[in-house]
Amino acid sequence: MSIEINDVHKSFGPLEVIKGVSMTVAPGEVVSVIGGSGSGKSTLLMCVNGLEPINSGRVLIDGTDVHDRRTDLNKLRRRIGIVFQQWNAFPHLTVLENVMLAPRKVLGKPKAEAEAIAVEKLTHVGLAEKLKVYPSKLSGGQQQRMAIARALAMSPHYMLFDEVTSALDPQLVGEVLDTLRLLSSEGMTMIVVTHEIAFAREVSNRVAFFHQGRIHEIGPPSQVIGNPQKPETVAFLKSVL
Amino acid sequence: MKYTFHWLPALRALPDMLWGALVTLEVAVLSMLLGVVFAVLLALASQSRIWILRAFATSWVELARNTPALFQIYMAYFGLGSFGIYIDSFPALLAGITFNNAGYLAETFRGGMRAVPDTQMRAARSLGMGQIQAFRLIVLPQLFRVVYYPMTNQMVWAILMTSLGVVVGLNNDLTGVTQELNVRSFRTFEYFALAAVIYYLIAKTVTLSARLIAWRLFRY
Amino acid sequence: MFSSLIDTSFSLNDLWFMLKGAGVTLAVTFWAVLAGTLLGLVLGVVRATAPWWVNAPIGFVLDIFRSVPLLIQLVLANAFKPMIGLNWSSFTVGCVVLALYMSAYCTEIVRGGFLAVPATTRRAARSLGMSWSQDLTEIVFPIALRVALPSWIGLTLGVMKDTAMVWWIGVVELLRSSQVIVTRIQEPLLVLSIAGLIYFLMSFPIARLGARLERRWHEND
Repeated sequence: MSIEINDVHKSFGPLEVIKGVSMTVAPGEVVSVIGGSGSGKSTLLMCVNGLEPINSGRVLIDGTDVHDRRTDLNKLRRRIGIVFQQWNAFPHLTVLENVMLAPRKVLGKPKAEAEAIAVEKLTHVGLAEKLKVYPSKLSGGQQQRMAIARALAMSPHYMLFDEVTSALDPQLVGEVLDTLRLLSSEGMTMIVVTHEIAFAREVSNRVAFFHQGRIHEIGPPSQVIGNPQKPETVAFLKSVL
Repeated sequence: MKYTFHWLPALRALPDMLWGALVTLEVAVLSMLLGVVFAVLLALASQSRIWILRAFATSWVELARNTPALFQIYMAYFGLGSFGIYIDSFPALLAGITFNNAGYLAETFRGGMRAVPDTQMRAARSLGMGQIQAFRLIVLPQLFRVVYYPMTNQMVWAILMTSLGVVVGLNNDLTGVTQELNVRSFRTFEYFALAAVIYYLIAKTVTLSARLIAWRLFRY
Repeated sequence: MFSSLIDTSFSLNDLWFMLKGAGVTLAVTFWAVLAGTLLGLVLGVVRATAPWWVNAPIGFVLDIFRSVPLLIQLVLANAFKPMIGLNWSSFTVGCVVLALYMSAYCTEIVRGGFLAVPATTRRAARSLGMSWSQDLTEIVFPIALRVALPSWIGLTLGVMKDTAMVWWIGVVELLRSSQVIVTRIQEPLLVLSIAGLIYFLMSFPIARLGARLERRWHEND
C-alpha cells in the first residue's frame, strides 16, 4: 500500500520536464516537494493520477500501474484526491452540490448519504455555514477549502496538493495550510507541492527538492531544509527564505 | 393629411392573423430546433481532423453569415429546382432560416466551448468522472449558460426572418395572411400596422419569458 | 444541370445589369449606414448619460425597430408616405427605413462602448490635468472605439445584407436584378449563385477584418 514512482520521464514535445524521477510514499507519510517554478513538480502530480501520460517509467498506486492501458483510471482516481493551484470550483453548483456530485455520480451513493458525507467534509474544513452558497460568493481561501472537501468526499487513500496556496492572497494562506495540517495530523498520506518552505518543514516526514526535472535531494526536513548538502538546494533555499 | 384610417376591417381580420402568427411561430421554433442540431454538428465538424468536414462546416458558416437570409431562402426555393428538387414555399422558408440559424449558432457554440476552461474538465476527471460524464455534468451546464442569451437573440431573429416567406409565396403565416388581406382591400397601412404589433408582442413575449427562465435557471 | 452552365444564355450584359444592382445595394447601404451611425452616435451618448425619464422612452421606441420585421417596416413606411403627402422615391424610403433600423442597433453599440470606459479611468485622466474635451478625445473615444468598432462592422454588414428586402417596395438592387434575369433566362441556380458570390465578396473580406480587429484588441485586454 503505497505510491511508487519509478524512473518516470515526461516530455512536452521536445522539452523534457521530468528526467527520471523515483520516489516512494509510504502510508501515512507526508512528502513535500519544493523547487523553483518550471522544475516539473506540478507535472509529476498530474502523472501520478494519470491526468498526464508519461513517456517512460512506472507509477504504481497500491500495486496498480497508473499508465497501463488496462487500468481503469476513473476507478483508480477515486483513491487519489487532487487539489489544484486554481481551485476549479464548479461555478454552476452550490458548495454543497460541488462536494456531493462525485460521491453521487461516481460512487453511486444515494442522495442522503452523499449529502451527509458532503456536510461532514465541509464542516471539517470549516465551511458548514456556506452549504447553499455558490462558489462565486466565496473568497479564494474558502473556495480552496471547498476543493479540498470535494476531494475528501471521495474518501481517498492519498491526497495530492499542487501549490494550493500560490494563487491566494497572503492573508488567506493560513486557513488553507491549517486544513492541510489537520489532514496530516489525521494520518492522511499526502504529496504536497508547495512554495511554503516553513510549512513543508513543519508538516512533512520527508522533503524532496526538485531541480530541472530531477530530485536533487530527498530526506527529512531537518536535513534537506535544515542542512542541505547540494549547492542547488542551498541556492534555492537562499532565494526563497 | 387627407387619409382616413379604417381600423375596423383590420380588427375583424385579427383572428385570421393570429392563426397566421401560429404558423410564424411554428416555422421559427422548427427552424431553431433543426438549427441547433445542425449547429452542434457544424461546431463538431469544424474541430474535426478530417479536412473535408472542416471545409464543409466553414463553407456553411461563412455562406450563412455573409449572404442575405432572403438570398438563402431564394436559393432553397428557386435554386434547388436546378437539381430537380422542387419544394413548396413553407419548406423553402424553413430550410432557408434553418441554414441561417445553424450558421450563426455554430459560431456561438464554438465560442461557448472556448469560454469553459479546460481546467473544469480536468478537475472533474480528477474526481473519477469519465469523459462523457464530466462533459454532461460539468461542461454542458456551463456551456448552456454562455450560449443561452445568443440563442434567445437568434430565436427572435428567426421569428422576424419568417416574414420573408411572403417573398417566395407563403400565404398562411402572419405576413402572408396580412398580404392576402392587403391585396383584397388595399388597406395596406392598417393591416400591416396590426401585423407589426403582433410581431412586436411575440418578440417581446419570447424575450421576457427567456429572461424569466434564465432567472430561475442560472442562480449563480 | 451542368449542361446549362456550359450552354448558358447568361450574357455579359446580364452580369453588368447585376453589378448595377450591386451598386444600388451599396448605395442604399452607404446612406443607411451613414445616417444610422450619426443618429446612433447622438442617441447612444444620450442613452449613456441622460436620466431615466429621457432614456426609457428612447429605449422603448428603438426597441420597436428591433422587434418588428424589417420587411413590414418597409411596407408600412411605403404606405405611410402618400398619406402625409411625401413624394419620396422607394429608394429614399428604403434608405430612411434602413437608417432608422441601423440607428436602433447602433445606439446600443455606442452606449455599450461609452459605458465600457470605467469612471475611474476618466478620473485618472482628469487627475493628470486633462481637460474635459481632452479626456473625451484622448481616453474615452479610443477605448469606446475598441469596444464598439467590431460590433459596428458586423452591424454594417448586417444592414448591407438586409438591403435585399428593399426590392419588395420596388427598388431594383442586386437580388431583384438577379430575379429579373432568372425570369428571362430560367437559370435560377447559375444566376443566384453569381448573386450570392457578389454578396459574399462584398461581405466576407470586411467580416474577416472585423474579426481580426476584435482578436487583436482582445489580446491586449
